Amino acid sequence: MASSVISSSPFVCKSSSKKDLGFSSFPKSSQISIHRCQKKSISRKIVSVMAPQTERSPGTTGSVKTGMTMTEKILARAAEKSLVVPGDNIWVNVDVLMTHDVCGPGAFGIFKREFGEKAKVWDPEKIVVIPDHYIFTADKRANRNVDIMREHCREQNIKYFYDITDLGDFRANPDYKGVCHVALAQEGHCRPGEVLLGTDSHTCTAGAFGQFATGIGNTDAGFVLGTGKVLLKVPPTMRFILDGEMPSYLQAKDLILHIIGEISVAGATYKTMEFSGTTVESLTMEERMTLCNMVIEAGGKNGVIPPDATTLDYVENRTSVPFEPVYSDGNASFAAEYRFDVSKLEPVVAKPHSPDNRALARECKDVKIDRVYIGSCTGGKTEDFMAAAKLFYASGKKVKVPTFLVPATQKVWMDVYALPVPGSGGKTCAQIFEEAGCDTPASPSCGACLGGPSDTYARLNEPQVCVSTTNRNFPGRMGHKEGQIYLASPYTAAASALTGYVTDPREFLQ
Amino acid sequence: MAASLQFANPTLSQTLASPIRSSSFRSPFLRFDSSSVSFHSKLVSSREASSAFVTRSAAEPQERKTFHGLCYVVGDNIDTDQIIPAEFLTLVPSNPDEYEKLGSYALIGLPAAYKERFVQPGEMKTKYSIIIGGENFGCGSSREHAPVCLGAAGAKAVVAQSYARIFFRNSVATGEIYPLDSEVRVCDECKTGDVATVELREGDSILINHTTGKEYKLKPIGDAGPVIDAGGIFAYARKAGMIPSASV
Repeated sequence: MASSVISSSPFVCKSSSKKDLGFSSFPKSSQISIHRCQKKSISRKIVSVMAPQTERSPGTTGSVKTGMTMTEKILARAAEKSLVVPGDNIWVNVDVLMTHDVCGPGAFGIFKREFGEKAKVWDPEKIVVIPDHYIFTADKRANRNVDIMREHCREQNIKYFYDITDLGDFRANPDYKGVCHVALAQEGHCRPGEVLLGTDSHTCTAGAFGQFATGIGNTDAGFVLGTGKVLLKVPPTMRFILDGEMPSYLQAKDLILHIIGEISVAGATYKTMEFSGTTVESLTMEERMTLCNMVIEAGGKNGVIPPDATTLDYVENRTSVPFEPVYSDGNASFAAEYRFDVSKLEPVVAKPHSPDNRALARECKDVKIDRVYIGSCTGGKTEDFMAAAKLFYASGKKVKVPTFLVPATQKVWMDVYALPVPGSGGKTCAQIFEEAGCDTPASPSCGACLGGPSDTYARLNEPQVCVSTTNRNFPGRMGHKEGQIYLASPYTAAASALTGYVTDPREFLQ
Repeated sequence: MAASLQFANPTLSQTLASPIRSSSFRSPFLRFDSSSVSFHSKLVSSREASSAFVTRSAAEPQERKTFHGLCYVVGDNIDTDQIIPAEFLTLVPSNPDEYEKLGSYALIGLPAAYKERFVQPGEMKTKYSIIIGGENFGCGSSREHAPVCLGAAGAKAVVAQSYARIFFRNSVATGEIYPLDSEVRVCDECKTGDVATVELREGDSILINHTTGKEYKLKPIGDAGPVIDAGGIFAYARKAGMIPSASV
């Protein structure tokens, strides 16, 4: 077959040095085999002499002329094209637009200014509005912004508005969810093959479900509100293949911090990061979300993971909307390929003040800390709290520094109070946290991950050192400009809480 | 009500169909090679009136735009929290009063090591019209408040080695500020307070530091230029006939 001839070409360095493909922990970077494959230009002449093929979309059939990556296929379908290549500028139909209390008022403000006071949004069932950033605060303007969103949603008949009116007790608001990226998944808005845009940079989290998801600004969102379309440039895809058995003390957060440390905070700028390999296949959906969540911290446009049985099981339990997964073709072109042997990796942290300032957790054992924060779209999901609780329970010890817990959503909060932690004799996370001396789990929201208004729970108001399961540690991120944030996995955060120093979780997990 | 509904959506989906096919509209706010640039339009900057520094030649087919003023110099990875800390995101940029206020907080998140403030306490505007940065300027959050606050403070252009994607796109979509790429690391060669000129020309844009007497080549802004000239993606799309005028 002509196509098989072509398929062998995209990777010129595909088979080079097989023995290099097993590597161990950094920082010996030579042990991490990096293939920067020059994209060998596929001769269009060869394609043109191929036998004519029936006009079927490559995204929906197995027969392909020119291979496309997952991201290219999703964008091609959304643009109603049979083929797109990196660099193409295409108008894309948006499946879901998400906004929240911080950017929603501005996006709707621009929509009204540009389309008219009486204009209606393009589709009230495709817009999801999730108040989550500044909720439990006395800040008048923050409260006003939630009120503004409520007005817009009423006027526009927005179907999915996860409102909160009683700030005194979040549980009195059955519609309220919490952190948008976790709520999107839990409420069935993340579906393979679709295009999701959000006015938040961590919208890339949803790539875990095999969809194209990226963050946009208010003005672009205002345009989408009116038209349902957006102009996108097709990104080249970098492939990250993670193989090997995941050690019991490692979490997805360690993997993504490793990768960002490898390629830097601008290493994937304008590009897609596609994750695959046996390790990725073994990860739960929440762990996959952690992996894709921090793609933006490498500058990436989107992250994506091929959907599998784990994905379908999660999604089908949460939505009845039909969807169609797509996968990268065998002969797709990748801008680069990185391979990691996960079984050799060790727990890591990102030191202040950049997410790519990677160090082994054990190398930082002399760093004294003032507090620990577990929360956010990155590290505030049910499994993140289960992991922390598991470590606390295994140690039988009490925390030595204030330890703040902010479940991402109402569902996570309920899990913390209801689900038994495996191996603990039926105790819940909440019981274990209380016994360990942590602060009582707070109301679900973005909390102190991004500082927020001065009365935000657990905000870094002093120049302290914090180990956090969140996503950014630039100066001032959690409140105080001179604060120092060490980004870490829930295991590492919990271990650090027990010692008062940055601590490798292997000290407590045998 | 029903009429406006018809106006807003079906009309737009029709008009949006044209740019897909139109070769003259390839790249309004994405990055391009200079070779694909073919804009000779004389778009009037909506912000021209507000800036005494902006001049442009009227008749030349190659449009020329010049910003002259003081530099404010920062380093690498200036993220959106340093440009506008999250506590100020309660300000809604599309509200004119709050837009002005956002400007007064521009770059207030920079660490104390930056002795000189970008906007003096009590002031609403900056005295620096050109920001000079290193790699990955504007990384972090997707908050449009970041380019907006720089524009609201009165800055005209950022000259950096590279940009984070969403910041670049938001700068162009809003038309608030010109994100220009330098070919060399100018942030090491300029100091805050230096007097500089940015000349935007097709092909060979330059930054001149009058204080040091050095001149630096800038990469072409490409098709993003006319969008910023027009005052953002909506104004540009109207001028290009892609979407109808707003009915207020």
